[in-house]
Amino acid sequence: MSLPDAAAFENPYALSHLDALEAESVHIFREVAGEFENPVILFSGGKDSIVMLHLALKAFAPASVPFALLHVDTGHNFPEVLEYRDRTVAEHGLRLHVASVQEFIDNGRLRERPDGTRNPLQTVPLLDAIESHRFDAVFGGGRRDEEKARAKERVFSLRDEFGAWDPRRQRPELWSLYNGRHAPGEHVRVFPLSNWTELDVWQYIEREKIELPEIYYAHERDVFQRNGMWLTAGEWGGPKEGETVERRLVRYRTVGDMSCTGAVDSDAVTIEHVIAEIAASRLTERGATRADDKMSEAAMEDRKREGYF
Amino acid sequence: MSSTITEQGAATSLLRFATAGSVDDGKSTLVGRLLHDSKSVLADQLEAVEHASRKRGQEAPDLALLTDGLRAEREQGITIDVAYRYFATPRRRFILADTPGHVQYTRNMVTGASTAELAVVLVDARNGVVEQTRRHAAVAALLRVPHLVLAVNKMDLVDYAEPVFAAIAEQFGAYAASLGVSDVTAVPISALAGDNVVEPSANMDWYGGPTLLEHLETVPVGTDPSDEPARFPVQYVIRPQSAEHPDYRGYAGQLASGVLRTGDQVTVLPAGITTTVAGIDVLGEESDIAWAPQSVTVRLAEDIDISRGDLIAAGPAPQATQDVVATVAHLNERPLRVGDKVLLKHTTRTVRAIVKDIPYAIAVDTLEQVEHPGSLNVNDLGRVVLRTAEPIALDDYRSNRRTGSFLLIDQADGTTLTAGMAGEAF
Repeated sequence: MSLPDAAAFENPYALSHLDALEAESVHIFREVAGEFENPVILFSGGKDSIVMLHLALKAFAPASVPFALLHVDTGHNFPEVLEYRDRTVAEHGLRLHVASVQEFIDNGRLRERPDGTRNPLQTVPLLDAIESHRFDAVFGGGRRDEEKARAKERVFSLRDEFGAWDPRRQRPELWSLYNGRHAPGEHVRVFPLSNWTELDVWQYIEREKIELPEIYYAHERDVFQRNGMWLTAGEWGGPKEGETVERRLVRYRTVGDMSCTGAVDSDAVTIEHVIAEIAASRLTERGATRADDKMSEAAMEDRKREGYF
Repeated sequence: MSSTITEQGAATSLLRFATAGSVDDGKSTLVGRLLHDSKSVLADQLEAVEHASRKRGQEAPDLALLTDGLRAEREQGITIDVAYRYFATPRRRFILADTPGHVQYTRNMVTGASTAELAVVLVDARNGVVEQTRRHAAVAALLRVPHLVLAVNKMDLVDYAEPVFAAIAEQFGAYAASLGVSDVTAVPISALAGDNVVEPSANMDWYGGPTLLEHLETVPVGTDPSDEPARFPVQYVIRPQSAEHPDYRGYAGQLASGVLRTGDQVTVLPAGITTTVAGIDVLGEESDIAWAPQSVTVRLAEDIDISRGDLIAAGPAPQATQDVVATVAHLNERPLRVGDKVLLKHTTRTVRAIVKDIPYAIAVDTLEQVEHPGSLNVNDLGRVVLRTAEPIALDDYRSNRRTGSFLLIDQADGTTLTAGMAGEAF
C-alpha cells in the first residue's frame, strides 16, 4: 500500500494501478472464502501462484489462509521449485495436496506422450484431485494477458463435472458481482489475477519484496535446443541424439514442466534487471518460453475445454 | 532502457474503459491500432497473426485475429463475446473491455460498461449517428459510465472534412444530453490510417483537441471518495482465535464508496444498529483511514452480531427495503416473467425474490416504453418491480454503482439471468 500522492494524481484518493489490482484480487479471495465450502489454491511454485498466495495471506491477515494448496507435480519439476514449495508451505503453516503425474503414469492411468511433453497430462490428475477432495472452487494464477483464449475467461469460471470450459456458455460477469453457484459435481475455477499483466506481477513482486525460486534470475545452466527453446538437460528426456548440451547464462520467465518450459538468455540477476528486461522484450512470456502453446492456433482453448486451468 | 524502468515502474493510475461499435465501423482496427501503436503487441503475437493470415490466403496480416481468441470466432470471422485487453503507456495502465457489436450486442455492452469509467462509441463518418449509435450511447448512459467518447472513424473516406465531423458531433451531443450525459468528447479519427488515434493527424489541422489516446491518458479516473457516504459491504469475518490474536474480530470487505476513519459513527444494515469504528487494518497494516475501492478489515467498538451480507454505512444510510424498483438488462435466453422466483445477489448478500411486475420494456433505440410486456427477452431493457424475502440495504444506482446494482440468478441451476440497477433509468 502506498500513500496517495497528490503530485501524481489529480485526485488525492486515487489508487495506483498496483493498489487497485491488489484491492480487486483480495476482494475475489474473500468472496470465495465467503461463498464456497472447500476451495483450494493451485500452486506450482511459479511467480503467478506465488503472487496469488501472497495476496491470500494479506486478504485474511492476521488470520491464516483458509485454503489448502494443490500442486500438480508433473514429475519433471525443477528441484529448486519443489524446494521453494515445501519451504513456503512450512513457513506459513499451510496444507499441501500433491497430485502426481508420475503416479498416474506408473499405475497405467496415463500414458507418456511420444514427444515427452508432460504439461498436457496434468489435466487428468488435476481433475482427479478436484473430484476426490471435493474441491468446489479452485484458484488458478491465469492472467487474461497471457493468451487470447484466456482473454475471454471469466474471473469465476464454471466447470462441468468433466472439468470442461465451454466458452459459448459462460456467465456474463458484471460489476464486481461474481456468481459462484454450481451444482454438485461442478466446480468453479477462480482467477484472481485476471486483470494483471506480466509486468504488473513483476512490479508487485518488487514492491512487496516477494522471494521467488532462484531460477527466475540469471544463472549458468546446461541447456540444449529443441524447437527453438533452450531446455534444461536432465533425466526427464533430453538431450536426444543430435541435440548438444551447452552451458549458458539464462533465466526462466515462466516456471512449468522441464520438458516444455524454455529458458531465455539473460544476465538479469536482480528484480530491477528483470523488470527492465521484460519492459524491453519484444516477445510475450508464453511465446518466449512455452513449447506447448505453439502446437496449434487454439492449443490453449482446446486444453481449457478439456479441463486444463 | 533505464528510462523504460522509471517510466513503467512508477506508480500509474488505472483506467477501465469499453469500446462499442457496429459491425464494419472499424472497431477491431481501432483496438488493433491502440494496441499496436502503444507497443502492446509483441513480435511473437504479430508473427502468429501473420502466419494465420497466410494460412487463410490473406496477403496482409488481419489484425482482427489478434483479438478474436476463440476457434468459433476465427472460423466465423466474428467476435462472440466480451474480451479484456491490457495495455500501458508511461502515464497510465488500461483495461479495455472489447465488446462486440455483432451478436447479442446489448448484453455484451452492458457487461463491458458495468465496470467502465469511459466508453468509446465508434461511428462511421460516412453514415453518421445511426440506430446502433443511439443504442450504444443509451447503454453507456444507463450503466452510468462517467465519460463518453464519440470516435468519428473513417475520416479519410470523407476527405477529412470538418463539417462532416461537426455535424455528427453536434447530433450525438444532443442525443447524449437527452440521456443526461454531459461529458462527451468527440474525436475525428481514421483507425486505418492512424489519424488522431495515438499520433495527431496532419490531415486534420482544423482539429484542436486531444488524440484518442491522449484523452484516455488524461481523463480523470475514480470518484472523489470524500464526497460520498461510506459504504462497506461485509464479505467475511476474520477471527484468528490464535494465541497472538485471541480476541481479534474484523470485518473484511472492499469499500464500495466513501472514506472510513477510526472513530467514525456507523450504522450496520439491515439491522440498523449504530456503533463506532474502533480500528482499520489495510491488508495487515493498521491505519486510521481507508477509502474506496480499498480492500480492508474494519474493527468495531461493540461486539455485535454482524456477518457476510451486512452493510456498514456512514453518512446518510440507505433504507433497508424488501421492495425493489429497478431498471434491468436481461442477459439470458430464458425470459424473465412476472411471477418468476429468483435469487437476487446484491453486494455480498443473496436473497430470494419474486418478480411482482414488469411495468414496461424500453426500446433502446428510441427510448420508448412498451407497457406491460409480461416478460423480458434476452437483450431487453426494462423496468422491474421485485419483492425480496429479506430486506436489503439498497442505494440508488445513480448515486452508487456498487451498492445500487444487483444480479438476478436462476434458483435451479445458478444461471445469471438479469443485471439490475435500482432507481430511475435516465
